[in-house]
Amino acid sequence: MAESAVPSVAPASGSDSADGLSPQRLLEAYRTMVLARVTDERCLHLQRQGRIGFYAPLQGQEAAQVGAAMALRPEDWVFPAYREMAVALLRGVPLQAIIDQLFSDSSDLTKGRQMPNHFGFRAQNFVVASSPIGTQITQAVGAAMAARLRGDPIVTVPFFGDGATSSNDFHAGLNFAGVFKVPTVFFCQNNEWAISLPREKQTRSPTLAEKAKAYGFSGVVIDGNDVKAVYRTVLDARRRAVAGGGPTLIEAQVYRFGPHSTSDDPHRYRSNAELEAAKRKDPVLRLQRELKEAHGLDEAGDSKIWDDARAQLSAAIEVAEKTPKVAPDSFLDDVFATPTPRLAEERAAFEALVREGVIKP
Amino acid sequence: MTELTLVQAVNRGLFEAMRSDPDVLVLGEDVGVNGGVFRATEGLYKEFGADRVIDTPLSETGIVGTAIGMALYGLKPVAEIQFLDFIYPAFDQIVSELSKFRYRSGGQYPCHVVIRSPYGGGIRGGLYHSQSTEAYFCHTAGLKVVVPSTPADAKGLLLTAIHDEDPVLFLEPKRIYRSVTGEVPDGDGRVPFGTARLVREGTDVSLFAYGAMVPPTSEAAEKLAGEGISAEVIDLRSLVPLDEASVVASVQKTGRAVVVHEAARFCGFGGEVAAVLAEKAFYSLKAPIARVTGYDTPFPYALENLYLPNADTIMHAARSTVKAG
Repeated sequence: MAESAVPSVAPASGSDSADGLSPQRLLEAYRTMVLARVTDERCLHLQRQGRIGFYAPLQGQEAAQVGAAMALRPEDWVFPAYREMAVALLRGVPLQAIIDQLFSDSSDLTKGRQMPNHFGFRAQNFVVASSPIGTQITQAVGAAMAARLRGDPIVTVPFFGDGATSSNDFHAGLNFAGVFKVPTVFFCQNNEWAISLPREKQTRSPTLAEKAKAYGFSGVVIDGNDVKAVYRTVLDARRRAVAGGGPTLIEAQVYRFGPHSTSDDPHRYRSNAELEAAKRKDPVLRLQRELKEAHGLDEAGDSKIWDDARAQLSAAIEVAEKTPKVAPDSFLDDVFATPTPRLAEERAAFEALVREGVIKP
Repeated sequence: MTELTLVQAVNRGLFEAMRSDPDVLVLGEDVGVNGGVFRATEGLYKEFGADRVIDTPLSETGIVGTAIGMALYGLKPVAEIQFLDFIYPAFDQIVSELSKFRYRSGGQYPCHVVIRSPYGGGIRGGLYHSQSTEAYFCHTAGLKVVVPSTPADAKGLLLTAIHDEDPVLFLEPKRIYRSVTGEVPDGDGRVPFGTARLVREGTDVSLFAYGAMVPPTSEAAEKLAGEGISAEVIDLRSLVPLDEASVVASVQKTGRAVVVHEAARFCGFGGEVAAVLAEKAFYSLKAPIARVTGYDTPFPYALENLYLPNADTIMHAARSTVKAG
């Protein structure tokens, strides 16, 4: 079953075990999950310190993201929401590129245009995210239709949360996907909370996955804290989609450990007891335990993984903080392929204001 | 050259684009087997098949959202929204997504979708088959908006739209789909964006119009000539980007301006034209700028002829500006 190429981690060595991932690849999954966890914790502090403007944490969703991403190939297209940092890492996006985006420095590929977490990395087929909820779902379906028309054996994968299942584009996207039988794997991370709205108030449907039935294809619920289960399920769905078997809706059940974002205080709407219960199923600690118990990861080896992640992160932050911010007039670029006369005029007016000292960049 | 109606010219443009480029495809409601409710896509399904002429479920956000995905992947989708009045379920996809992809990705993800949509009144379509809400879209950075008023421009602007690198909203004046005919070049015949069309030269007053308002504006100019008023008629046709240079130059010559559109007046496109003139041609103006527009009401079914500008109301406004100074 050495089926899936993983772009970012070291070449997959050894054959995958019966449940889909070799010990070596499990270790790679763990490294990415640790890097995501360490980065996440640090970024919350960076925001509190005023060093970055905003942050939307992913803690609790690492196994779901990494497991799904490991089952994909580099040529597949990911349509993320704004919490999919671990997917980006697993697909080979350098941590530095992620940190550059958070700091809106001049190396940020999105040129400081968006809030932190709204990543876009064309080289890794990681389509640029936006803030509106669910809009990427129909887009992923369209890209899958295009890929099939071109004869490309790939899948598209929109990532979204439980809240997005109430959006217009969830309905439209799944409906189109069913009608046109597209190669799309819908990956829903049900983290139980859409800001303050609990999952049971989002829909009366007992599960989110069963909504797929109404669109004419299958949905499956999985434990999103189990990286192997996620991997297997996405691999299956991918294989079926590429073979012309149509889409799948996957509901990975996870829990959002952190706030919705740094602008949110979850104490207003959920209990500590609930959080503590969820943390007992922490996906990073779960994989850590398995690697220690079944695959010979020792304390020293584990500490090194965490230390390496922290060192890599500190280095990336240091680079970002030394990199100049985006150029002041760059906000006028990329509206159109070629600026309209009106935009050219506005640029000249802006430059004049700077020259005259009215605006001080 | 071939004599065509405006809707035939749209159809011809689609055929030519799809024949010359396998990446061009059409999607929308009733566009395939049925050939479109206005017949704009007639015959395409037979020639290009269901893969490239896609009958979609009834969901505008689905149409535009999937078109965006296709464009990101490298195709050139031409989406039809059956009536502009029904575009709002796709407003989020157009305003938040389509128009911002290039920008928000730092240039990594251009997103070139053409959205064709019939708009405007005068067809007894009532509240929801008549509106002219181009201003919402002209206000959105990153989106081009064009409106032909002749068959040659319908085909020429459509081909330019399909070969552009940015998203384009292509508004079709359905009131004159069949009432206007004209010679259309057989070849490519692309019409560049950002250029207004001089319909008629004049020296006393400049009349600016677009889409279905061009014919009554031309009629008004002709009648005004009989009264000794020489009116210049300019078809704006490209709202974004706007040919500001031609607008300003015309008023520098005539000193008077009347802006005509069927859309509601408040925050309508005429306000932008008036603002451009106030900023760039103020010292040439001999009279206040006049607007002849729809009213700031929803679109009325039974009384649409009273709501819409016509040659008489346009003439009245032009005379007023001439009298004013």
